[in-house]
Amino acid sequence: MNEMNSLLQIKGLRDGLLVSLDDAPWDVQLAALMSRVDAQPSFFQGARLALDVASQVLKVDDLVSLRDQLSERGISLWAVISESPTTEHTSQLLGLATRISKPRPEESRKFAVEDLGEETALFLDRTLRSGTRIEFGGHVVVLGDVNPGAEIVAECNVIIWGRLRGMVHAGSKGNRKSVICALDFSPMQLRIADVASAAMNPQTQSRPQIARINEFGTLQAENWSPG
Amino acid sequence: MPAQVVTVTSGKGGVGKTTAVANLAVALASNGSKVVCIDGDIGLRNLDVILGLENRIVYDIVDVIEGRCRLKQAMIKDKKLPNLYLIPAAQTRDKNAVSASDMNRLAKDLRSECDFVLIDSPAGIERGFKNAIAPADRVLVVTNPEISAVRDADRVIGILEAEDKGPGALIINRLNPAMVKRQEMLSADDVLDLLAVELIGIVPEDEGVLIGSNRGAPVAMDPKSRAGQAFRNIARRLKGEDVPFLDLESSGSLWERIQRLAGRR
Repeated sequence: MNEMNSLLQIKGLRDGLLVSLDDAPWDVQLAALMSRVDAQPSFFQGARLALDVASQVLKVDDLVSLRDQLSERGISLWAVISESPTTEHTSQLLGLATRISKPRPEESRKFAVEDLGEETALFLDRTLRSGTRIEFGGHVVVLGDVNPGAEIVAECNVIIWGRLRGMVHAGSKGNRKSVICALDFSPMQLRIADVASAAMNPQTQSRPQIARINEFGTLQAENWSPG
Repeated sequence: MPAQVVTVTSGKGGVGKTTAVANLAVALASNGSKVVCIDGDIGLRNLDVILGLENRIVYDIVDVIEGRCRLKQAMIKDKKLPNLYLIPAAQTRDKNAVSASDMNRLAKDLRSECDFVLIDSPAGIERGFKNAIAPADRVLVVTNPEISAVRDADRVIGILEAEDKGPGALIINRLNPAMVKRQEMLSADDVLDLLAVELIGIVPEDEGVLIGSNRGAPVAMDPKSRAGQAFRNIARRLKGEDVPFLDLESSGSLWERIQRLAGRR
């Protein structure tokens, strides 16, 4: 059982499961996959499965039988990825995807770094467009703009060397000392720790500003002056 | 030379994707290029109506993909322009009838047949959109000078960047210079300021566009139309020509124009 399981690797993707097989004979691989599925039916039930078959050459019959076996177990085969042109062609014939979109680093990116201290910062050298969400367990520094519809959630401070027009949450784990600053400060919404504020008074001219929680416990933005 | 596959998309609906595809197709085809348009909006087809080819549809894109006809049989030749073809969308199916690899295969087959493949994307960022951008060499993002459309364009550009399709080039459609002057509408500069991408054309608001679409005769055919001229310019830019942008302010009075020429304003 253990030996068979080592033939395949299973990884969760944004839109399904990716199962990677190696170059062992196809029937062995297939048996390994099925025994793995049968061992944990609740995990696989209803899953969308993408299969990376390395350089296996698969004919229509192979894939049809695979698809049937999977669907009997409540799993839908969604993609077959292969280095072999024959296999790729076969899966196209069956209407299966042959390429899965790469994991999108830009969207909903969570950074899992162990043991983050106060000193850790994430540096982003680009503009964050609408739909991008950055979550980080330290400081976040952006060299670029934060457009409306983009979100940054950081456990410490957020510094934007550019225009802030999206949503920023600093001190997301409750650090009320966190600050948010930007060169052009027109955020859609700001949050520091548990305090939220809708758009700050609109800026007539763009000035660097810094927002923090003041002594009254509300959010306040003021001009950012050196020293 | 193999064809350039250009997808026109926007995120938001109703900003003029289909109109842009029809007009660019007409402009490119009357300029001598062989053009095939694909309507990617399966279930809500429109491009055939705007091109005035609705009554000629026999086979559609889903028939090609599911093997009920050959590619050539689904290519409808335009009434006036012999080198303009349309592959219509299926009206009785939905976006799930087509996959991204189907679109890639279709585009691959067309590449050797023509100079330009123009794909009209449906609104939204779901499957139909993903299908439409899958085979694209170049993506044109259409937006209007209004905040909601610009927001959606920003989202779409973000997705294009994440999918390695480049940031795309921007068409600002339905700009009303008089309203911009009165500061009642975002200017082209405001839009570009936010989106920070390459601009490939600004199309002025023009009643003729709607009239042309209803008649099935896109304005790019009308030599006097300013919107038509804007689309013809975009078509030339797609071919790699360097065409200056239209002076959209010149709709003022003769005196204002003379003053402008004299550099007084």
